[in-house]
Amino acid sequence: MDRAMKLPRRFASMPIRFHGGIAALIVLLVFNAFFTPNFLQLQTLFVNISQVATIAIVAMGMTLVIATGGIDLSVGAVMALAGALAPLIFLSDLGVANPAFGVALAIILPLIIAGLCGVFNGVMVAVLNVQPIIATLILFISGRGIAQVLTNGNLQTFSNPSFSYLGTGKILGLPFQGWLALVIACILFWVISRTTWGRYLLAIGGNERAAYLSGGPVKRVKIGAYVICAVLAGLAGLIVVAINSASDAARNGNLMELDAIAAAVVGGALLQGGRAPIFGAILGAVIIQLVKYTLLANGVEDEVALIAKAVIIILAVWMQQYRRA
Amino acid sequence: MNALVSMSGIEKSFAGVPALSQASLEITPGEVHALIGQNGAGKSTMIKVLTGVYRRDGGDVVVSGTQSNIATPREAQESGIATIYQELNLVPLRSVTENVIMGYEPKRLGLFLDWREGNRRTREVLARFGIDIDVTEPLGNFSTAIQQLVAIARAVSLDAKLVIMDEPTSSLDASEVEVLFGVVRELKKQGVSVLYVSHFLDELFQICDRVTTMRDGRTVSTRKVQETTKLEMIADMLGRNKDEIAADGMTDFAGAKAKKGDVLLRAENVTTGPRLTHFDLTLHRGEIVGLGGLLGSGRTEAARALFGVDEANGGEIELHNVLGQPSGPGDAISKQIGFLTEDRKAEGIVPEMSVRENLTLALLPKLARRGQIDFAREREIVEAFISDLGIKIAHMDQPIRELSGGNQQKVLLGRWLATQPDILILDEPTRGVDVGAKREIQSFIRSYVENGFGVILISSEFEELVEGADRIVVMHEGRSVKELTNPGITENILVNALAHHEEGTGSWTAQ
Ligand SMILES: Nc1ncnc2c1ncn2[C@@H]1O[C@H](COP(=O)(O)OP(=O)(O)OP(=O)(O)O)[C@@H](O)[C@H]1O
Ligand SMILES: [Mg+2]
Repeated sequence: MDRAMKLPRRFASMPIRFHGGIAALIVLLVFNAFFTPNFLQLQTLFVNISQVATIAIVAMGMTLVIATGGIDLSVGAVMALAGALAPLIFLSDLGVANPAFGVALAIILPLIIAGLCGVFNGVMVAVLNVQPIIATLILFISGRGIAQVLTNGNLQTFSNPSFSYLGTGKILGLPFQGWLALVIACILFWVISRTTWGRYLLAIGGNERAAYLSGGPVKRVKIGAYVICAVLAGLAGLIVVAINSASDAARNGNLMELDAIAAAVVGGALLQGGRAPIFGAILGAVIIQLVKYTLLANGVEDEVALIAKAVIIILAVWMQQYRRA
Repeated sequence: MNALVSMSGIEKSFAGVPALSQASLEITPGEVHALIGQNGAGKSTMIKVLTGVYRRDGGDVVVSGTQSNIATPREAQESGIATIYQELNLVPLRSVTENVIMGYEPKRLGLFLDWREGNRRTREVLARFGIDIDVTEPLGNFSTAIQQLVAIARAVSLDAKLVIMDEPTSSLDASEVEVLFGVVRELKKQGVSVLYVSHFLDELFQICDRVTTMRDGRTVSTRKVQETTKLEMIADMLGRNKDEIAADGMTDFAGAKAKKGDVLLRAENVTTGPRLTHFDLTLHRGEIVGLGGLLGSGRTEAARALFGVDEANGGEIELHNVLGQPSGPGDAISKQIGFLTEDRKAEGIVPEMSVRENLTLALLPKLARRGQIDFAREREIVEAFISDLGIKIAHMDQPIRELSGGNQQKVLLGRWLATQPDILILDEPTRGVDVGAKREIQSFIRSYVENGFGVILISSEFEELVEGADRIVVMHEGRSVKELTNPGITENILVNALAHHEEGTGSWTAQ
């Protein structure tokens, strides 16, 4: 009896928001199929995948941070910072002299710097007990500033095919960054569901005191979450620069924190922590991207698109509250 | 007589698993009505159906003669039903006053919160319970017992026709229980009904008029307390013949059998702050040492010091003959210490996680190879503890928040037993656990120490301490003041030892 009942019950307890998200996705797709010109074309798919990948990558990191009961407002700024560094490195004398080494360094070094930003956020939150919103506000404000100072506020354009592969390459005909996002998702999913670190992450978000008293390395795990989030943001920053073959510190990752939080929440992350639906974050990112695309393709202005995003976040959070009550 | 509340044919399932089927309950005005049953029998669910926390799948609820359509706890409160839930719904970070007046704040000009009036009212309500505390302090600063009394005070202050108490005495010591009984009698005198859920069957004879017994989601009997016996109640709860039970006897955990082994732990003059100023303790292999004391005597603080939660700023702690306090829970666990905390909701369960994940939380480091969890072994261990401790669940991947209180407690006990610590500190280990399971847990603890481990037992139930511990260290105002040794300790001796210090003449010297 036990086994026979187990399956349907598990299915029944599958989060409703997941079904809700899929329903929203279907509605969006159907709407676009009918009303958006040229929607059902391969080109559209490519554009959307390459856009959605950056949102998804950042949203996955955000999901980890939210799982600890925190939030990271600095992701957009970290994107700008990492994105500004990369061309500086491969356009430097050293980079030009050793192209392969230059590109490798232009990817690794910005990611390390991004990781250090994560350490800063994590230490502020986990060790100094600063509220996550306040702690990450520091880099939210200063990170982009530093990026602009590094580039003298200029738009840096470049032509570097190997670096640009990050944003324009294709594997099996689909954008490279889409595959990258999928690989990252699989790894994170594995980490969350299979490792002690993942178990502690969810326990800390679910009841930090209980996790601590059960011997959980609360500080280490929290710092880890912020570091992963920042490194992923850095990676997204590199991808954006690669797509454009240009780095614009003022615009790279601008308002990304909103997209990422929205995607995570729509994907089923609970703001109070304790849950890390990685594939949900991807679904959330797809929905956010589709909403953006739908509005854009139908000639709605940017400002209105912002409002639409805000409404989505409110709706998702409201649904969470409602379900808990 | 017209019933105040009459519930009949109640049905309630969770995801297809029935929790209540054909359950019924009738409470008359002005009576104190007990509701008993084993862990998971459906008592709390029954209450939540009545107060609108859960929507029933079937059956009738009649309140004061009219069909009730209470759909939310708020509506229940407005129609005169005040409830103290088993898992306290208080906000630890808010002040005592805020917690008491929450939702019913006195307003000035109908707009501004009148704090002075709120504080005054709160003090007045608490005074009825003989509690005199700073009501502007965050509630979380106070012990679980105080929090429990605050919850009760809040409920009583709402002018109810029916006050529901789901295991109100589980964290109270004898004198606090007396205070509570006084309040219950007072309520009864004013014509207020009380629905009283408890696993302490002896209590029922003191204050209850009738008792309804539930088993596996059904109501099996309603009896007049004066006309029944403890044995009969247990027989109803278990669904067994009472002669059979009498023949079985109730196994005790029977103290003073200890064959003392090496010293596991030695604490000398440990100080962590104003609430723990001088703590001495020696624990050997094979013994259970109880910590006796009243509220605020520093028992929990002592446990926290040994586990490395509160840093010691004086004194010595020696584990396995090595000097040094654990630097934190993680370190303590690796040094073979376990600590079952008293506050199940705030410090114990991770509500969204499954029974399995909760049970192995402290064991994770040992369950993993290079950071990767060994799921097969995890399931095996969890399986074993579920059957050893008799935990009633649908399956091990069920979220722990869906379990009844007593079953949650068993999972947490399992969490610490699973780590097989040399030194197991148990703060109220049988809180909320039914009579049968309590004996089982107690004998479990006894056989645990017989395997050469040591247990430090904190309990506000004197009986549990007196019968369970080989020695009792008596604490008073943050100091260990006396040591009693079994055999020979009686509840009277313990109460006297506590009371003597309670008068606090100061002329008493330690030991
Ligand atoms: N929200 C829920 N979801 C799923 N199952 C639940 C839920 N609440 C209660 N149950 C199940 O219903 C049954 C009755 O639980 P209930 O809490 O009413 O028991 P109880 O008699 O109060 O026990 P205890 O003495 O341990 O507090 C249990 O098997 C429990 O697992
Ligand atoms: Mg209960």
